[in-house]
Amino acid sequence: MRQSILSKTDSPLIVCEHVSCTYGNAPVVEDVYLTINRGEFVGIVGPSGSGKTTLLKAIIGSQPVAHGSITIDPRLTIGYVPQVETVDWYFPVTVEEVIVMTRTKTKWWPRITSKERADVREVLEKLGIAEVAGRHIRELSGGQQQRVFLARAMFCQPDVLILDEPTSGVDVRTRHEILHLLADLHQEGLTIVLTTHDLNGLAAHLPRVVCFKKTVIADGSPREVLTSEVLEVTYGAPMEVLEHGGMPLVVDHGRVAMRGEGK
Amino acid sequence: MIFAFDLFEPYEFQFFRNGLIVATIAGALCGLLGVFVILRGMSYIGHGLSHAVFGGAAASAVMKVNYFLGAGIWGVVSGLLIARVARRRVIGADAAIGVVTTASFALGLALMNRYGQASKSIEAVLFGSVLGVKVADIYAVSLVALLGLAVVVLGYRKLLFSTFDRDVAQVSNVRVSLVEALLLAMISLTILVTMRVIGTLLISALLVIPAASARMTTNSFSRLLWVSPIIGAVTCFFGMNLSYHLDTSASATIILLDAIIFIVVYAIAGTRNRAKMASLGHL
Repeated sequence: MRQSILSKTDSPLIVCEHVSCTYGNAPVVEDVYLTINRGEFVGIVGPSGSGKTTLLKAIIGSQPVAHGSITIDPRLTIGYVPQVETVDWYFPVTVEEVIVMTRTKTKWWPRITSKERADVREVLEKLGIAEVAGRHIRELSGGQQQRVFLARAMFCQPDVLILDEPTSGVDVRTRHEILHLLADLHQEGLTIVLTTHDLNGLAAHLPRVVCFKKTVIADGSPREVLTSEVLEVTYGAPMEVLEHGGMPLVVDHGRVAMRGEGK
Repeated sequence: MIFAFDLFEPYEFQFFRNGLIVATIAGALCGLLGVFVILRGMSYIGHGLSHAVFGGAAASAVMKVNYFLGAGIWGVVSGLLIARVARRRVIGADAAIGVVTTASFALGLALMNRYGQASKSIEAVLFGSVLGVKVADIYAVSLVALLGLAVVVLGYRKLLFSTFDRDVAQVSNVRVSLVEALLLAMISLTILVTMRVIGTLLISALLVIPAASARMTTNSFSRLLWVSPIIGAVTCFFGMNLSYHLDTSASATIILLDAIIFIVVYAIAGTRNRAKMASLGHL
């Protein structure tokens, strides 16, 4: 089990109270109350433009909070995995360089030490991509690219891992791999918060789901939250929820094809 | 023997030796900082800041203030002003550069016209003049080069992190605004000390072309940081020599040589990359 600096069970790590964020005068996030406890695995779901990414950025401190407060223990280390769409894949860096660049506090000399190289290898091995260390980031598959940025976040041994759309743009197999990888990390004691569009493939498998559209619409287990009423309010379109293998399966009536695995 | 004699003929002149030293160090320095310029999509900033420094140079001449002091302060302030305006996000960085630097350039021109500075000195600032290089310029460019090297070596990871992923760097306690301000100040100082040889109008090319050529030769950031200065220094060295023998402008010859290197590397790298991408077609 991973040892956290904050060892109290179920202690709140991140507390958002009355949080609002704006771009110019336009409100993007309004009056959000959300608590993330130690050891939780939380998925924030909502349509594009609902403010999910803005909320994550407010939590990590790169987006100013217009109103309210976000309380985070100052000893907390947060690992952030951005959307892969925002990454400049032509940037001249190897996988090893991407991971090591995060160690800015202890290291001022450019050369990567043998100890750092070993640490990189260890984290890459844990994520099953040890062989890509010397490769340029563009030479990787979608799943490998996502794992590299996960590795970068893991490299600073975070207490909380925050991921923005970790399964965006990946195929079904890669999505499964990432989900299982995150589940393993959660089992080891890591607190995980992620955003996703993927209701059936990802959100339905998580212990806690937050439906979000500028504010928290519903918060609880997938069975409690993924209901027709909540999803209609969140997505603004009628959605039917079926039961499949003991889990909710969301059917989007706005599309001809049924969403979800195996459909 | 005659051929060898011809090759070394310019070295008999002190002004040429001074110019060659300044240009070669300037080439390496611009190559080093140019890496950050191209990767941050700031190619326009070299162009803009060189115009801003021109304004400072003109103001220093009119007020009879030391060139390095007057134009230096002017250039650094312009750089910081651009960073501040761009950070507010009301207008983009390119518009901020356009406003601040062209206004500064226009002011420089107006001052020179109003107070009757000789058009020859304007031409020297705009296009560079190897004849105007003094020993003090060698000290100045060497000092700025050492400073630039120190900034890149000591701030290597912070510079890399904030260039590659600004948001995450900020979250990881990198003082991104400070890093960016430092980089802009270094670019301003570089322009200041190299302007007399290369000239305002062509200095942005020296900040962009060697780094762009080097970028096509490697996918590693650390390798890029030594390949680009080498290209910059070598093209400046041979460009200066060529300019003497061909009786052409030193700055124009250097930039043309850089452009030729770029075209050759582009042709070779293009073929190689197409082959590589074909082999990665399964991804």
